[in-house]
Amino acid sequence: MMRLKTLFWRLVALAILAAGSYATLVRFTRGLGAATNLSDRAPWGLWIGFDVLCGVGLAAGGFAITTAVYVLHLEHWRPVVRPAVLTAFLGYLLVVVALIYDLGRPWNIWRPVVLWNPRSVMFEVAWCVMLYTTVLAVEFAPVAFDRLGWERASRACRAAIVPLAAAGCILSTLHQSSLGSLYLILPGKLHPLWYSPWLPWLFWLSALAAGLAMVIFESGMSSRAFGRALEMDILDQLAKAMVVLLGLFLFLRFWDLGSRGQLAAALRFGGPGGQQTVMFWLETVLLAAPALLALPAGVRRDPRRLFTLATAVVGGFLVHRLNVSITALEAHAGIRYFPSWMEVAVTLMLVTLGVWAFRLAVLHLPVFESARRKRATRTQACYA
Amino acid sequence: MRGLLLDASRCVGCGACLAACAEQNGLPEPCGTELTARQFTVLRKVVGRKGEVYYRRLCMHCLDPACASACPVGALKKTPEGPVVYDASICMGCRYCIQACPFDVPRYDWNSLTPRLGKCTFCAQRLSSGGLTACAEVCPTGASTCGEREALLKEARARLAAEPGRYLPRIYGEHEVGGTSVLYLSPVPFRVLGLPENLPLEPLPQFTGRALSQIPPLVGAAGLALAGLWWLTGRKQEVARSENRKPADRGSR
Repeated sequence: MMRLKTLFWRLVALAILAAGSYATLVRFTRGLGAATNLSDRAPWGLWIGFDVLCGVGLAAGGFAITTAVYVLHLEHWRPVVRPAVLTAFLGYLLVVVALIYDLGRPWNIWRPVVLWNPRSVMFEVAWCVMLYTTVLAVEFAPVAFDRLGWERASRACRAAIVPLAAAGCILSTLHQSSLGSLYLILPGKLHPLWYSPWLPWLFWLSALAAGLAMVIFESGMSSRAFGRALEMDILDQLAKAMVVLLGLFLFLRFWDLGSRGQLAAALRFGGPGGQQTVMFWLETVLLAAPALLALPAGVRRDPRRLFTLATAVVGGFLVHRLNVSITALEAHAGIRYFPSWMEVAVTLMLVTLGVWAFRLAVLHLPVFESARRKRATRTQACYA
Repeated sequence: MRGLLLDASRCVGCGACLAACAEQNGLPEPCGTELTARQFTVLRKVVGRKGEVYYRRLCMHCLDPACASACPVGALKKTPEGPVVYDASICMGCRYCIQACPFDVPRYDWNSLTPRLGKCTFCAQRLSSGGLTACAEVCPTGASTCGEREALLKEARARLAAEPGRYLPRIYGEHEVGGTSVLYLSPVPFRVLGLPENLPLEPLPQFTGRALSQIPPLVGAAGLALAGLWWLTGRKQEVARSENRKPADRGSR
């Protein structure tokens, strides 16, 4: 039975890789027009809306956890540091790969290094992503160095961990919020349910909440895949932090809608903006319901229910980012954008490659090591 | 600073401007009423109460262009003479400029493997050698006039004063998004010409500029806060550890 299920997922992954490879071929031999449903009316699609905006946001768990552990001395969260940093690192690498697909002239991707336009939000995002990916690489490097036996390199990386974590926190705060600032230049185009001067802070808060949800989600997944025990006391605290962040996000969201006089629009389901209203409530319910349901400690300490709630938050976050990047622009553009199957195939392929890389790393590097060691010492202490 | 005054009430739809534009920029024969990556200006017709109105659409060459502020590498630039020019050799193709343009002007070469942005060049080379734009030079009716922007505004006001019944009492582009180099006079509402009426009068780069200007103080404050928290939490932990040790010490004694 178990083997049948594994075989099924392997076949699915193979099909995704085959479709993604074909789409890659089309993209790089016949251009964006042949591979995507992008147009002058919808210049950004799934690859920006999902791969970049969601990918970067969901990787926010990396900086949240490292800041908590190394800057705020929350030592007992240490067991989730490595998996969170690994996810963030792989996430950012995939974002860069997705950008190479999406950019019309990807051979110029390095230009922002030397050509500076400090008035451009995109320029700021480019620099922060570049620097933060480097920070993540150095943060994760000791795990690989230890395995290779490069003790001095490993020690050098470890010595720098506190300033690195602080730099990661600042760089992440900047580009997570700047992904929202990108849309500030579209006051006439972005639907008023989403256009807000608070977009940068909304993006930062939602990325933090979703980043923590992702750490919980991933702990659940990897405990199932690798037969690991869950660190329920840590996950409970992460969930608490997630609830607070979601509360702040929703408060700011509705306070902002009220102050811009858009609350009535949020209740108008009929007419031309009806579809936007439905999408607004889908994102809001997916983020608000888990926040409310996770209030009782009993729910947070039940692995199955906590996993479900974290999944819902990740889902709500995805809907929010896709709403900003796609739904909110459709009314102005006057067209509906829906990704082509090739866009979907590339995105699925990148996600599959990410999961596969994570699995490889866990199998060959001591990603969950610290947890195991801690449990081992605790067991020894019991016997002593 | 040069400008272009487009007077929809004077345009007869002869299309000489389209042909001149294509020839000047080495583009294919103009066709259709939609801008493309290979057609930088289009001629359209609307039927109003006063009969047919012909008008052109092209890049507005904003005084403080959203596209130029959006471009991460500065591939789009506003030159002091007026044109917003594009340099494909450094363009990454991120298409933030297309998103940012409030007039939905820039077009992309979607089917090319080396795609370029397509939009009016304002005949930048002709202007810098003291000439007029190709479209204005060939216009037989004075519907397209090229000149100093200030002089064109004066001219537009004079036309509005001389024949108030002929126009809506407004010069489009004088103040929209901080002003544009291309100015419109029209007998029909500008909305009908596809020119958005809901634009702020403030230049769009200021909307992102406000967020970006918060970054340096934010970095400073965050740096200090993180350093402070690191010291504080570390100290607290140290104190807690030593307090835990003391009772234990006493107990062992």
